[in-house]
Amino acid sequence: MTWIGEDDSAAVDVVVNGRPTAMRVPARRTLADALRDDGLTGTHLGCEHGVCGACTVLLDGRPVRSCLTLAVQAEGADVETVEGMAEGPELHVLQRAFHENGALQCGFCTPGFLMLALGLLRAEPEAPPERVREVLTSNLCRCTGGGPIVQAVLAAQRELAGDVA
Amino acid sequence: MKPPPFAYARAESLEHALTLLDEAGEDAKVLAGGQSLVPLLAYRLARPTHLIDIGRLPGLDTMRSDDTGLVVGGLVRHHELERSAVLTGPWQVLREAAGLIGHHPIRIRGTFAGSLAHADPAAELPVAATALDASFTVRSTGGDRVIPAAEFFVGPFMTVLEPAEIVVDGRFPAPPAGLRSAFAEFSPRAGDFAFVAVAVAVALDDGGRVRHARIVLGCVGALPLRAGEAEDELMGSALTEQAIDAAARAAAAGCDPVDGPHASATFRRELVAVLVGRTLRRLREDHP
Repeated sequence: MTWIGEDDSAAVDVVVNGRPTAMRVPARRTLADALRDDGLTGTHLGCEHGVCGACTVLLDGRPVRSCLTLAVQAEGADVETVEGMAEGPELHVLQRAFHENGALQCGFCTPGFLMLALGLLRAEPEAPPERVREVLTSNLCRCTGGGPIVQAVLAAQRELAGDVA
Repeated sequence: MKPPPFAYARAESLEHALTLLDEAGEDAKVLAGGQSLVPLLAYRLARPTHLIDIGRLPGLDTMRSDDTGLVVGGLVRHHELERSAVLTGPWQVLREAAGLIGHHPIRIRGTFAGSLAHADPAAELPVAATALDASFTVRSTGGDRVIPAAEFFVGPFMTVLEPAEIVVDGRFPAPPAGLRSAFAEFSPRAGDFAFVAVAVAVALDDGGRVRHARIVLGCVGALPLRAGEAEDELMGSALTEQAIDAAARAAAAGCDPVDGPHASATFRRELVAVLVGRTLRRLREDHP
């Protein structure tokens, strides 16, 4: 591979929510901006320097700040955004748990929290409550506070484990 | 808050990366995990002409330990250190330090060598590496240099790395028998930059007396600070309360933290004493 000049665009092939996607982006474009430019505006940009976590997506199954990842760094990767969570009209367990536990108000931080929690519960389905809490400190919510969000993720975790009681 | 323009190339091998780095000149930057560099770009605090992406180079993302010590590849991610089953006993400080870097998603992307090369005075790994007498292998097209941690960091965000060099790995020498290490820090909120960070490594002799001690402080100066007088207080002691208190006081007296809007120098110095004491007591529990 040779240099992509500062005025040039690079071809980036990624799989977004299961769909092979060819992007053309300048090297300086973040993954967050590239996704949003591609119409996936569910990924929100809050601080744009890695503090708030609103832009969290899954990159090869793991939660990352898409504002701190250049789109060119995602070449060949599997990207999941909040748009890929629900199956048609059927909300994902986590989305329903957020709704039922009052874990969102304005909703700005919600996509980031959902992807963060999805990555955690997938990698560590048996994460103890203190681990869930610790990972959820990664993102900021200015409305509900953290409590309902922790409750929602723990409820989703129980449901996913088959313990619906 | 968007990165400024730069030319970009993804290296296919370490040799390729070094050649690209030579080509690109001295205002180029190496991009690995990007968890420190991309925020600097967003803030326009860094305006590199070229980025050379080594993030997925094979061979630099492994750890190995044997009789001669531990080698941590430059591209080992913080979350791998954090969850490594190898990093116990003498190496525990690395695992604990890695677990305190930023937040979970940051630790998934951030790299070992990236943290060292960035040399943030509030970073955890430089402090932990110094406490284990680590050296870093840096490579250029001209060959390798092995630089002790004590010589690698020279100021805030400053190292002896030349523009055409890449940090390849960290080398941790075989520890003294029975070495135990630990890390602690205080930050106002989980994941924030710490006010004070402390890395401690001690080994006891057969009689239960300290025969090796390293106490290294972070966030209280431009680079990791060895608390030599505090180490001296411990040497030969049986990690008694008096020895631990003396070491904690010596560590606090021997540093010169700056006053900041969020933490005064007095507060930071008090934190040094508390964290050094607490960490030494924790290590004592591990030495029944």
